[in-house]
Amino acid sequence: MANLAGTAPASALPAAWSSQPLLTIEGLTVDFSGVQVIRGIDLTVARGESIGIVGESGSGKSVTWLAALGLLPRTATVSGSIRLDGEELRGAAAMRLDRIRGGRVAMIFQDPSSALNPVIRIGRQVGEVLARHQGLSGSSIRAEAKRLFELVGLPDAGRRFDAYPHELSGGQNQRVMIATALAGKPDVLVADEPTTALDATIQAQILDLLTTVRRETGMALVLISHDLGVVSETCERIMVMYGGLVVETAPSESIFASPRHPYTQGLLAALPPFEGALRRLIPIEGQVPEPATMPPGCPFAPRCPQRMAVCEVTIPPLAQTEAGRFSACIAGPATEAQQPLKLKTSVLA
Amino acid sequence: MFRFFAIRVLRAVLTVALVVTFAFIVLRLSGDPARSIMGDDASPEAMAAFRREWDLDQPLWMQYLHYFAAIFQGEFGRSMRGGGPALDLVLGRIPATLMLTLPALLMKLAIGIPAGIYAALHRDSAIDRAVMVTAVAGYTVPSFVLGLVLVQVLAIWFAWLPTGGTGSLQHLILPIITLGVGGAAVLARFVRSAMLEVLGQPYIRTASAKGIPWAAVVRGHALPNAAIPTVTIVGFMVGNLIAGSVVVESVFSWPGVGNLLVVSVTARDLAVVQCILLLVAVAMVLSNLIVDFLYGFLDPRLAEANSSGGH
Repeated sequence: MANLAGTAPASALPAAWSSQPLLTIEGLTVDFSGVQVIRGIDLTVARGESIGIVGESGSGKSVTWLAALGLLPRTATVSGSIRLDGEELRGAAAMRLDRIRGGRVAMIFQDPSSALNPVIRIGRQVGEVLARHQGLSGSSIRAEAKRLFELVGLPDAGRRFDAYPHELSGGQNQRVMIATALAGKPDVLVADEPTTALDATIQAQILDLLTTVRRETGMALVLISHDLGVVSETCERIMVMYGGLVVETAPSESIFASPRHPYTQGLLAALPPFEGALRRLIPIEGQVPEPATMPPGCPFAPRCPQRMAVCEVTIPPLAQTEAGRFSACIAGPATEAQQPLKLKTSVLA
Repeated sequence: MFRFFAIRVLRAVLTVALVVTFAFIVLRLSGDPARSIMGDDASPEAMAAFRREWDLDQPLWMQYLHYFAAIFQGEFGRSMRGGGPALDLVLGRIPATLMLTLPALLMKLAIGIPAGIYAALHRDSAIDRAVMVTAVAGYTVPSFVLGLVLVQVLAIWFAWLPTGGTGSLQHLILPIITLGVGGAAVLARFVRSAMLEVLGQPYIRTASAKGIPWAAVVRGHALPNAAIPTVTIVGFMVGNLIAGSVVVESVFSWPGVGNLLVVSVTARDLAVVQCILLLVAVAMVLSNLIVDFLYGFLDPRLAEANSSGGH
C-alpha cells in the first residue's frame, strides 16, 4: 500500500505534503444496480493541496466524491475505503458522517441556483452550517454570515441575509454556496463543476475566489471539472479519469508539457492553445463507453489512436512514468520509464 | 400584490355567476317543477296557477333577470315544496353536513399526509408498496360501494354500528370513514409523488452535504417544498366540505346538504337547488382564493412574481 496511485513521492513535492495524507481513497468501486461505474479508484489528498479531477461526463469523477461523502442514493453499492485522517468513512454511522460533511469536508455543486433551497432565505442556509458545525446561534449567526458573504465577495453582503436564492444571479448564488461551504471551516472543499452553469466571465471570478479562499484558509481543494483548462489554472495536481478509472495523474504544469496517456493527449489536442498561433483543434473520435457496455480491456482502447491488440483484453495498471507521474497505458510514449505498481490488475474479474 | 388579488376576486365572481347561470338553464330545460311537485294527476288549472305563482309562465330570460336581481338583494327564492326561504332551508342543513365532512377532512389529512411522506421516504420498500396498493384501492372503490360494504359488515353482520340515520356519535362513524378513505388515498398518493419530486432535487443533496441530519433535511428542506403542490389539493378538499358528501349522505340517510340536494333536484325545487349550487360554487371559489393566498406565503418565488406584477 506504500505506493498509492495518487500519492506523490516525497522528493517531488514540498515536505509538508509527504506527511500523512488528509484524505485517502483506496480501491473505491461504485455499482448502480449491478453496473459498475467506479472501478477501483485510489487517491490521496494532502493538507492544503489543490487537486483537479478531469474527465468527460460519465467518467465517474463526481460519483467518486459523492460516494466518498456517503451522498449517493441507496441504490448505489460502494466498496473500498475512504479515510479522513485515518478514520474510515465508508459505512460510518450517519451521526458521524453528518459531523464530517459540511464540517471537515464541504462540497459545492454544479448549478448553484438549484443547489440552494428555493424557499429558504440564504442567510438561514448559511446559518444552518454555522449552527451545526460552529455552535453559533442568534445574532452571532447573522454577523458571521455577513462576514462570510463579504469574504466571498457577495455584493451588498450586509443586506443579503434575508434574500431568497431567486433574487440572486447564478454567480452570486455560487458565492453563497462557497460561503456555506466555508462556514464549516472545512479541511477539504470539493467543488463539483462549480463554474459549468455560469457565464464565462463569472467562471474566472469564481475560480479566482476558490484560489483566494484556499490560500487564506489553508484548506485543500478538490476541483472536479470536464475542462482541463479550468483545472490546470487552479490546481497543482491533476487526475484524469476515464470510464470509472484513473488514467493519468501528474502535476498540472507537466501534464500540459508532456501528457503521457493518449486520452490526456486527446484532451489537450482538443483544447484551444493559451498562447501562440491558433491551430486546428482535434476532437477525440467516438464516445465515452456506457458503464453497462464497458470494453473488457482499457476503457479508452476503442477511441485510442495508439491501441494495440493487448489493449483490448487487459486493463493497463496505473504505473509510475517518472517522479510524481502515473499513467495507465501500455502503449503510451513513456513506456521506458514505466514501473508497474500492481495496482489494478484485478479490478475487473 | 393588490392587482394579483383583484384579478383573482374578479375571476372568482365570474366563476360563481357562470355556475349559477348554467344551473339555472339546465334545471329549467330538464323538467317541469309544476308536474313534479303537483303530481301528474293535478288539474290543468291548478298547474297553471302553480306556474303563475312561481313565475314559471314568464319567458326564460325574464325569469333569469328576476332571479339575478333578487340575488343582489339577498333574496334566494323560496322552496316550492315547503314555501320557506330556500336559503334558510339550506343553511339549516349545513351543520349536519359539516359534522361529517370536517372530521372526514381531518381523517384525510391525518392519514394521507403521513402515509405519503412515509412511503416517499421509504421508496420501493414493502411498506411503500403496501401504502400505494391501499391507496389505489382506496380511491378506485366508489364511496357508495365502500359505504354499503361497511354497512353490510359492521352494521349488519357484526351489528356494532347503526346502518344510517342520526341520533348518536356512533351514527357518525361509518359515514365519516366512507368519506375519509378516498380522500386519504388521493392525498397519500399525491403527497408521495410531491415528496419524491422534492427529494430528487439538488438542494436536498446540498443539505445532506452540509451535514444536516436526514430527519432535519426532511423536516426543514423537503417538507416546505412539498407543501406547495399539496396545498392545492387540500384546498380542493376544503372547497368540497359542503358538497362533497352527496353520495354518502344518501347511503346513510344523513340529513345534510347533499341529501337536500338530491331530494330537491328530483322534485325540481328550483330555488333550493340553485341556492345549494351557489353556496357550493362560493365555497369552492373561496378555498381557491385561500390557496392562492397561501402560495404567496409558501413560495417566495411566487410572492415576488405577484408583487412585481402589481403597483
